[in-house]
Amino acid sequence: MIGIDWYLALSAILFTIGVIGVLIRRNAIVIFMCVELMLNAVNVSLVSFSAFHGDITGQILVFFSLAVAAAEAVVGLAIIIAIFRNNLSVDITKVNLLRW
Amino acid sequence: MEIYAFVLLAVLAIASALGMILNKNTVNSALLLVINLVTIAGIYLLLQAQFLALIQILVYAGAIMVLFLFVIMLLNVEEEEKLFDKFRVKYLLAFLLGVVIFGQILYSLGGVTDMLPEISSDMLYVGTVEAVGEVLYTEFLYAFELTAILLTAAVVGALMVAQYKVKKTEDSE
Repeated sequence: MIGIDWYLALSAILFTIGVIGVLIRRNAIVIFMCVELMLNAVNVSLVSFSAFHGDITGQILVFFSLAVAAAEAVVGLAIIIAIFRNNLSVDITKVNLLRW
Repeated sequence: MEIYAFVLLAVLAIASALGMILNKNTVNSALLLVINLVTIAGIYLLLQAQFLALIQILVYAGAIMVLFLFVIMLLNVEEEEKLFDKFRVKYLLAFLLGVVIFGQILYSLGGVTDMLPEISSDMLYVGTVEAVGEVLYTEFLYAFELTAILLTAAVVGALMVAQYKVKKTEDSE
């Protein structure tokens, strides 16, 4: 029987990889996928807490985080398409709309 | 048996996540993320959350990743040039921040490691659709309905943003 600390360590590693990906990549779509990776890492720890505490609320929270992730992906990809139409690029270093 | 399955899934998940952020081809990144999502569904199965494992594959690997792939193909983005062609301060900062976050999480894990619970016996058979639905449609009904409104608003908003045509401004002439 493996303990909860293994699951939490896996979640921590995946979250860290997601953070590093957001920081080093320049393609906006890949940055979005890294955000999804971080959401998934948090979901893993929610499910493991739920399983080890005997409380199903954690799984319900994962359900809601999934729904929010879907909404976020839809809106984010629409924004990426809009930016691509104006700039012909998804390289975030070339987007300077909100820069001063 | 369980520990072998866990180690296999964890190694696959970490390797595919690393491959995702280090691959310079966007399509390959998306496919590696699909592998990652499927292995996480396997982790959910190990944790007795069968319903979530199915939802994970259906919604994430099925719907969201297809959307990602569709956008990648639609935009036909050029490959990023080499990721680590030259040393940048940005990469150093990224890895330092990653190390700090990871250390922080591990430290907070180490602090509570004695009082972590064992897998509780009444959770062994409750990850089913019945158990999730029973709580979801009673205690969390309002949140569930708010989720429906959120998704509708997201779809309408995405249509608005993506269909917006850039009008030629009059004063530019």
